[in-house]
Amino acid sequence: MKALVWLRAESWEALAEAAASLLPAHAEITLLHVADAGAELAAEAPAAGLLGRRRHRPPHHTIEAISDEAAADLLAAAAERIGREVATEARRGRLEDVVVEAAEDADVLVCARDGDRDHRGPKSLAPPTRFVVDHVPCTVILAWPEAPPEGGPPPPPPPPPHHRRP
Amino acid sequence: MSGAPAEILALALLAAVLGTAVVRPRGIPEVAVAVPAALLLIVVGAVGLDAAGDEIEQLAPTVAFLAAMLVLADLCEREGLFSAAGEMMARASRGRPVALMALVFAVAAGTTAVLSLDTTVVLLTPVVFATVTGLRLRPRPHVLACVHLANSASLLLPVSNLSNLLALRATGLSFTRFAALMALPWVAAIAIEWLVLRRAMAGDLALRGRPEPSGGTDRPHRVPRYVPAVLAAVLAGFVAASPLGVDPAWVAAAGALALAVPALARRRARPADLAQAIGVPFLLFVFALGVIVAGVAAHGLGDAVDALVPGAETLPALVATAFVAALLANLLNNLPATLLLLPPAAAAGPGTVLAALIGLNVGPNLTYTGSLATLLWRRILSRHGHDQDLGEFVRIGAVSVPLILVVSSAALWLALQGVGP
Repeated sequence: MKALVWLRAESWEALAEAAASLLPAHAEITLLHVADAGAELAAEAPAAGLLGRRRHRPPHHTIEAISDEAAADLLAAAAERIGREVATEARRGRLEDVVVEAAEDADVLVCARDGDRDHRGPKSLAPPTRFVVDHVPCTVILAWPEAPPEGGPPPPPPPPPHHRRP
Repeated sequence: MSGAPAEILALALLAAVLGTAVVRPRGIPEVAVAVPAALLLIVVGAVGLDAAGDEIEQLAPTVAFLAAMLVLADLCEREGLFSAAGEMMARASRGRPVALMALVFAVAAGTTAVLSLDTTVVLLTPVVFATVTGLRLRPRPHVLACVHLANSASLLLPVSNLSNLLALRATGLSFTRFAALMALPWVAAIAIEWLVLRRAMAGDLALRGRPEPSGGTDRPHRVPRYVPAVLAAVLAGFVAASPLGVDPAWVAAAGALALAVPALARRRARPADLAQAIGVPFLLFVFALGVIVAGVAAHGLGDAVDALVPGAETLPALVATAFVAALLANLLNNLPATLLLLPPAAAAGPGTVLAALIGLNVGPNLTYTGSLATLLWRRILSRHGHDQDLGEFVRIGAVSVPLILVVSSAALWLALQGVGP
């Protein structure tokens, strides 16, 4: 059984716990971190507007290098927390695309809710994770990053259109 | 050469220079195209030798001022000022994203105002990125805050943006008067950025990071006390210099020297590092660009831009000026747009120049990369495998920039009524 764990910085602990407690002992676990290429671009692109005033940074100071170091740190922390033999993988790109592609040959994907965590409901999945859950071909384990919020029964369905006030 | 052929040649050369700056074919720096282009315009007579000499003479004090400020910022980085700011932000935010964004706002606005937008983009943004990932938070809101404020918070002081430095001489305003008139527009711009980014990034800001940054056991950066002291003295010097009739460039040079001597003595910087910090190729580029833009302005486009700049300093005229300037900055890039707009704006009065600066400085947030050309080039690149485009950031700019242009221009109008032009 191939299991892919999509690590996110803010929910890595819950993901590690879920992987350790829910995945069977024989599962081949891969921890995946995807660096958000959009955020890296956001930090780098404006220098182009400075014309010759942009300066050349030493390689270890580039945004990519900083980002890679943070990813390695996160993958190591999660691997240690799971306490089993795991493979780690660091990629970069558009989050949802990279994860869906990586999950193509996985049997299980473990990911976490990344939207509004104060209320249960559809908004608890932000767009990247919503896309991933909708498009991966495998079974999905969806973790709450912290204890799930208190919540009674789901709200009543919206009234049919002709009852709505204009 | 004169008339339409001269105009076409000058515009083509300007386009080639800006194109090189954006694309950097084979790493060719823009100065390598700009200087020959300027010389060509002089040789064919599209720019007279006298006119070119005048342009260079007018730019020289500003370029010297800029060189001193570039050295000052570089030495601040060498002494660990920005790394220390990153550690302070990480500690004080305790992993709370909204608190962190408030700190990023304060640090980026202060850095931009005192050490210019270049410093914020080149030196502070990577520190903010590292701080955020160290706290295991998402970088987007904080990086956007830093980058947006590099433009929006560059309204306050003449040293905050090269466009302001160029305008300072054109208006004849003193350092203090410039700051007094631009304080309210500056505050308005920062407040709008906060409201827009806080809302646009609400999802990412609802998360929680870890309270201690990674690598927290490392020895914290200690910034020598004289570094902030020199910066404070330089600011005080700027204020004091005008009434004494001293050019503020001398104050900046004295500040750069005050940091350079101990840095050289303690071997934190070599003379070659300082020479590199001055950025001689860029300074040459500014001169060459000045000559090229003089060519563009002299053969028709200058009159066209004149016609676009409202002469009056009424509230609608100031808002219109800011929008024209923002449009021009996005079409060209803020530096050539400044050179093109300054003469007609200065003829209309200092209020018009300051309104133009609101557009020139804040406008680049609209295309995020500072000009349409860069954005288009990015789009072309993204079709060839880079799967990221800047659409999301452009959409945020499309909300914040027009709001700031209107509100900050109105704030400028109020300041002009209160302080007087």
